[in-house]
Amino acid sequence: MSFEPRIVAFCCHYCAFAAADLAGVMRLQYPPNVKIIRLPCTGRVDVIHLVRAFEDGADGVFVAGCLEGNCHYIEGNLRAKRRVRYTQKLLDEVGIGGQRLDMFNMSSAEGPKFAQVASEFTERIRGLGPSPLSPVHEESRAEAGPVNMAGIA
Amino acid sequence: MLSERDGAEMIVAEQKPLEEIRKLIAPYDRVLLLGCGTCVTVCFAGGEKEVGVLAAALRMAERIDGRDVMVSELTIHRQCEPEFVGEVRDKLGDAQAVLSLGCGVGVQAVAAALPGVRVLPGLNTKFMGETVEPGFWREACLGCGNCVLDLTGGICPIARCSKSLLNGPCGGSEGGRCEISKDVECAWQLIYDRLSQLGRLDLMEEIIPLKDWSTAHAGGPRKIVRPDLAKLT
Repeated sequence: MSFEPRIVAFCCHYCAFAAADLAGVMRLQYPPNVKIIRLPCTGRVDVIHLVRAFEDGADGVFVAGCLEGNCHYIEGNLRAKRRVRYTQKLLDEVGIGGQRLDMFNMSSAEGPKFAQVASEFTERIRGLGPSPLSPVHEESRAEAGPVNMAGIA
Repeated sequence: MLSERDGAEMIVAEQKPLEEIRKLIAPYDRVLLLGCGTCVTVCFAGGEKEVGVLAAALRMAERIDGRDVMVSELTIHRQCEPEFVGEVRDKLGDAQAVLSLGCGVGVQAVAAALPGVRVLPGLNTKFMGETVEPGFWREACLGCGNCVLDLTGGICPIARCSKSLLNGPCGGSEGGRCEISKDVECAWQLIYDRLSQLGRLDLMEEIIPLKDWSTAHAGGPRKIVRPDLAKLT
């Protein structure tokens, strides 16, 4: 069975969410893998939300906010950018891989850009394969035999 | 949240690297991750949110390595007071170890309250400091036990001068910076500027005598006993 990535997109109401809406109105196609969570501002995104998305089964997560300098709440998107960078490092340490998380900026008029970002990000995750937390990996681990628990009692 | 994250003087700590924490919990497969709602919440090292992020990171990292580790989460108001620590005993469940995200004081108080349970430190406790701005904490007090801030314009030479000089500055002060690093302000320059602002430069003339360090840690572990507050017997 081919792998269909599960992707969560945290989108700002004022830009990326509106851009996604516009993409729809423009009849632009983008992969249905992307599940959008609308936020009042990407400044609402915290490390815990990103980490929990992965823990709960996402193969990829992206945050999409206003163009830098154009945040409706002045600097929410810049705060989100820092949190995304921090979480990327954490995901590298955990073994999930920081490249499964990214941040994009766009205006509400950029419907085609949203469609392009959604398509490209989906392809990136498709290329990376299922998250290391995916049951697919757990099955392959099970096939490889029981984990040696010696010394871990 | 359990407490407000407003700027305050406090104990400042930071989380140990994830790899080190994973080694600490390696012998166990049921761990309680315990946060503290006071100082370490304010410095974003061990509050409710940090407990959530670290617990998720540990669960994921262990799962990727094929280990099924149960990491439960609890954050109490203060780990350093027995009356709050009692809650941990009630909620410990079948956890084999507690990973405390409290300061060194919290770890010890929790360990004392849980005989027979391994209590591990998830943080490195750094210093008593102030929040200069979001994401920037600076050491401000060494707890020397004999405060001289009245003589130094409210800037502590013990904690903020690299040499803890009482009668500075030394020859290493250049352009308001300390010779050990351009990132370190010369405390005695700050003291001079502040006393100058207050019109009290005369205090610079005052020779502060040799300090009695027996009130600091040099005198051994310290304690305070207040009979007026002690338990009635």
